[in-house]
Formats: sequence, structure tokens, C-alpha cells
Amino acid sequence: MHRDHIGLDQAPARHTYTPPSARALRIGLGGPVGSGKTATVAALCRALRTELSLAVVTNDIYTTEDAEFLLRNAVLPPERITAVETGCCPHTAIRDDISANLEAVEDLEASLGPLDLILVESGGDNLTATFSRGLVDHQIFVIDVSGGDKIPRKGGPGVSASDLLVVNKTDLAPLVGADLTVMARDARHQRGDLPTVFTSLAAPGGVAPVADWVRARLDAWRRR
Amino acid sequence: MSTAVVADARITARPDGRGGTALPVLAGGGPIALRRTRGGATARVTVIGAMAGPLGGDRLALRIDVRPGAALHVGSAAATISLPGRDGRPARWDLDFTVAEDAELHWLPEPVVAATGSRLLTRTRITLAAGARLHYREEQVLGRHHDLARGAPPGRLTSRLTVRQAGRPILDQQTDLGPGAPAWDGPASLGGHRAAGHLLTVGHPAPPVPPPGHDAALLTLPGTDATLLTALAPDALRLRRLLTP
Amino acid sequence: MPDRTPAPGGATAVLLLLADGRFPAGGHAHSGGAEAAVRAGRIRDQDDLAAFLTGRLHTTGLTAAALAAAATAAATDPDPDRLDDLDRAADARTPSPALRATSRRLGRQLLRAARAAWPHPALDRLADRHPRGAHHPVVLGTTAHAAGLTPAQAASLAAYESVNGPATACVRLLGLDPYRVAAVLARLAPELDAVTAEAVRAAEQGDLPAASAPLLDILAEQHSTWKVRLFAS
Ligand SMILES: Nc1nc2c(ncn2[C@@H]2O[C@H](COP(=O)(O)OP(=O)(O)OP(=O)(O)O)[C@@H](O)[C@H]2O)c(=O)[nH]1
Ligand SMILES: [Mg+2]
Repeated sequence: MHRDHIGLDQAPARHTYTPPSARALRIGLGGPVGSGKTATVAALCRALRTELSLAVVTNDIYTTEDAEFLLRNAVLPPERITAVETGCCPHTAIRDDISANLEAVEDLEASLGPLDLILVESGGDNLTATFSRGLVDHQIFVIDVSGGDKIPRKGGPGVSASDLLVVNKTDLAPLVGADLTVMARDARHQRGDLPTVFTSLAAPGGVAPVADWVRARLDAWRRR
Repeated sequence: MSTAVVADARITARPDGRGGTALPVLAGGGPIALRRTRGGATARVTVIGAMAGPLGGDRLALRIDVRPGAALHVGSAAATISLPGRDGRPARWDLDFTVAEDAELHWLPEPVVAATGSRLLTRTRITLAAGARLHYREEQVLGRHHDLARGAPPGRLTSRLTVRQAGRPILDQQTDLGPGAPAWDGPASLGGHRAAGHLLTVGHPAPPVPPPGHDAALLTLPGTDATLLTALAPDALRLRRLLTP
Repeated sequence: MPDRTPAPGGATAVLLLLADGRFPAGGHAHSGGAEAAVRAGRIRDQDDLAAFLTGRLHTTGLTAAALAAAATAAATDPDPDRLDDLDRAADARTPSPALRATSRRLGRQLLRAARAAWPHPALDRLADRHPRGAHHPVVLGTTAHAAGLTPAQAASLAAYESVNGPATACVRLLGLDPYRVAAVLARLAPELDAVTAEAVRAAEQGDLPAASAPLLDILAEQHSTWKVRLFAS
């Protein structure tokens, strides 16, 4: 089998001109098209914006639709949302050449002052797209049940090595015949001890397990 | 037989002390005849080509110096037709404009038309003091009507425009259009159009953004209060419309 | 003629590294005007692409190459004024605000990669003096100096980038046959070398070209207003 992706642990060391102590925690959200990345970002913003100072960078494939969704829904003031264009290659912009995203992240920090958290949403791509460690400190991989329960079994770096796997749209599982216990078992098999959560963002407070995980990462970041 | 012409024309404008502008120097040269057409706060001068040309090999120059507080408007009576010379040498047309503080120059001549086989190099240097005002129009037309009608290629126009404001370069660009210039008619340069032009505005209100659906753009230059309306069109008439705010 | 003797100290390999589209300096997200030209129906096939690339190479490509060569020479001077002058010269040669912003953004992104790869006081000075980014050719020339390359090599990088980015973009935008696009680029190689040589000569004489292409400016401005686009420029 051909694999052109290096494991996350072999990825190059982070480099940025902002000293890590002075900057916000950066969390990337990746995953296939339509799995609920923007919905997760929006819900996280709503859940966390009163307790944290946060900002969002989106990487749309073709439009600034994600950024506009966030703006329209007023999850954050407009100056806290930046859209990066990725020239047909969303995975390049978060992995191979992260310069435009780093610029966006650093510009947000420079213009808004000290932030606690920056969420970077990748353009919806495929199961192989992951974030560079030079760009984010942690990454969340969002998949959903709508394609059935096979995705965790298929694996790929996002499913197997992300810091948090989110299996979203559990409300649709009965409709598409996806067995969540199978998905949980396959995820455990692929991920070992790495955490997996199941969400339905259609339900109120559905993002809570993700928000809790983010809070824990932030605590660790502040204590380091 | 015609030999190449070398001509150096000059205009100097200064306030006349009564709220108007005087022209202490108004010196045509060779084929460049200059007529003062009207007085008033703004002095008006028309450039009248006294013969056909420029022809290949000619070297024509015009220097305009607008002193502090003066206002000068220069137009031309007809289009300048660039024609081939006998030995294939290019013609040169050098414009050197200086506009002082609180002075203004309107340079709004008729187009330069490159006839089949011609080659013209224009070099325009504009030196603006801080607070100088300018309207500068340049229109280039590739081929005369009857050149194009009989399927003949246009001539070649190489034109460089350099503008400094308060000592700083704010615009420096050269276009090289017509046969011999690489890919001059391709999708980066003219893209099938036959007329190209600019309207440079400094210290006056910027012209409106051109209407959509045209190959034109209003560019804000790096200097103070300076914009360049740049436009392409199939012919001189349509170009003029785009450049007339 | 550009210098064809192998440069000492691994400079040939450095040149390859900098020219590699995978060098992380932000270029992948830019089409060099190709996306707008495609949308306007001005590039439909590889012949249009060849004309577009030829036009770009001899205009903004030449100008960028000369600026880059001049910057490599200027970067040897500890006095930063010469580089600042070149940055102003690049500004004046870029009347389109959209293209000025793109050039500074790409300059900033290249500077980030260059400082990681070839730390050098000239790069630090450039970053200090131009926090919003110096123009890309100025950064490219300074990077070349930091990495031990010559002005001619800097010019050839700029000339190459002026065609390589839009060519790659057209493969993605139009689904052009990548072999034919490679052939278009291969046929341009002698012209790339000629433009490089012209740029180096101009830079040495201190007479920087200002070659420009009208549609590139107009298309860039139109593109910058689109809501829906794949490339940043
Ligand atoms: N039923 C249901 N729909 C959801 C849920 N989460 C998101 N959606 C819907 O799924 C669609 C896609 O969600 P997005 O958040 O835009 O997905 P995305 O991953 O950001 O998509 P791209 O950015 O285009 O890759 C939207 O219509 C959402 O409303 C969920 O938990 N349940
Ligand atoms: Mg999204």
C-alpha cells in the first residue's frame, strides 16, 4: 500500500516567531467534507466565548463559505474570524506549506491582543489530511455517521493519530444504519488510548464532550 | 528625401500675479507647434503637429515646467500617428513634466496611433512636488483603421511612464505592444484589444470605478492621493469612454 | 549569459530547493493571474497558457527577476537603505493594490521559510524594517544572498516562479494534460534563461526594467473582489 504521509510523531518541529509562552493554544479541526467541522467550531465558540478569548481561522476549498457561516451566525465578532485561501489544495495549506495559516494565526494574535485559543478549521478533504505540528498544538478529526459505520475501520492518519476523534451526527445513525458500537470498537482498535467522542450537534449542548476536551487541553497548556 | 527630425519643445507656466497663469516660455520645435488657446486661471495650450509623424528616426521632446501656484492644460489638435521611417530606426518621443507645489497640470492629448511598420519609444518622466496636482491621460492605439481593415499588422509602441512624488517613485511601468513584443496580444497583455490607456490622477478626486464588464480597473497607487485608471478596449473610441469619468 | 558553472558550497542544490514548488513559502495558493484569466475565458488550452506564460515572463517576470538580482547584490551591504530603495522601486512597479498586497504577503511567507532554512542578519534586518512584508522579489534576492546564491541565480528563480505558479494552477483549474503543460514549460526554458540574463544585466547597470502587462493588473483587481475563488491571487 502506498502511503505518502509521515506519522505525526515524525513531523517537523514547530517553528514560529511568537514564543510559545506568549501565544494562544492552537487547535486544528480536520475531516472529510460536510462532517460537521464548521458546526463544531460554531458550537465551540458559543460554548467557550464567555470564558475564553478566542479566534477562528477557516480554510475553505472554494469559497469563504465557512467564514461567512460563522459570521452570519454571529458566533464571534468578525475581526476574530479569518479565511485563508488554499489554491485547490486544502491539505497543503495545513500540512506541507503552513505559511498562510501561520500568518493568519499570528495576525489575529497581533491585532486582537493576547488570546487563549485559536481554532483552525481545515478545508474538508479526505481521510489523509492532517495538520502539521508546526501549525497547531492539537488536532481534532471530525467524521460523521452519514456514510455508514465504516470510516473508523478504514483508518488513515486523521482517524488513527488525531488527538481527538469526533464521530458526529449520531442522531442520523438509525437512519443510515450505522452501528455506533462498531464505530467505537474500530476507533479503539485504530487509536489505542487516544480519545474518541460521539456527538450530535443537532441536539442542544451536543458539543459538550468536545468543549470539555478543549478545556482540559487549555488547562494543560497553561500549566506547562 | 526626409531626414530625421530632432526637436525640443518647451512650456513654462507660472502665476501671472492676477489670479491667472502666464506662459513665459512657449517654444515649439520642429513638427511640434504650440498654440495658446485661451487664458484664465488655467492656461490652455494645444499641441499642433505641423507635419505627419513622428517618423522612424525622429527624436522629439517636450518639456513642461509648471511653477508653484500655476495651472496648465495641454491638449492636442489631432491624434499623433507614428509612421515607419526609411531605415527601420524607432522614433523617440520624450516627455518631461515637472509640477511644483500647489501647481497643476492637465495633460490630455489625443491618442498615439501606431501605423503598420512603425516603431515608437515614448518615455515620460513626471516629477511632482508634494501637493502638486495632475491629470495625465495616455492612449495608445495599435494600427490605423485602414491598416487593420486591410489585415495589416499594427506598429509597435513601447511606452514607459515614471512618476515621482515628493522624491519617491509612485509609478514606473512600461508597456511594449505590437509585433516584436513577446506575446503582446496574448491573455496577459492586450488579449485581442487594440487600444490601451491610462488616466493618472494626483491630488484631484479619483475617477469612479469603471463599470463591470470592461477590461478596466481603478488602481490606488502607493503615493499620496494618486490613482491610475487603466483600461483596454477594442478601439480608440471605446477606450476614451472608459477613460472619461 | 547566465552563469552555468556549478556554484561552490552546495549552491546548485540550494537553488533546486528554493525552486521546488514544495518549498513552504506560500506559492501554492497563488495562480499568478491564471485563475482570473481562466474565468474570463482568456486561457482555455495549452496554447493560451503558453501565450499567457510568455507574456508574464517578459513583463512582470523580467521586472521581478531584475529586482531579485539587485536585491541579492544589495543584501551584501549592511546599510539597509539599498534594499529599502528596491522595495520602493517594486512598489512603483506594482500599480495594482491587489498585486502589491500579494507580493508583500508572499514576501513575508518566503521570509519565514528563509529564516528557518538560512538564518542570516540580512533576513532579520528585512523582517525588522518591513513588518508587513517586503516585496517578494526583494525577499527572494535577500534569501539568495543568505543561502549563498548569486544575483543571476536569484534572477533565474524569479523568472522561473513567474511561469511555474500559473502553469501549475492551470493544471488544477482546467484539468490540462500535465505532460503538455510540462512541455510548454520546457519550451520556455531558453526564454527563461534569456530573461534572466537581461535582468542581471539591467540590475548590474542599475537600470531596473519596469515591464508590465495591462491585463495582468486588470485581472488581478477583478480577482481580488471575487467572493468565490480557489486561489488567493
Ligand atoms: N443531523 C445533523 N446534521 C449536522 C450535525 N452536525 C452538522 N450537521 C449538518 O451537516 C452539514 C455540514 O456541516 P458543516 O459543519 O458545514 O460541515 P463541515 O465539515 O464544516 O463541511 P466542509 O467545511 O464543507 O467540509 C450542515 O448542514 C450541518 O447543519 C449533526 O450533528 N446532526
Ligand atoms: Mg466547514
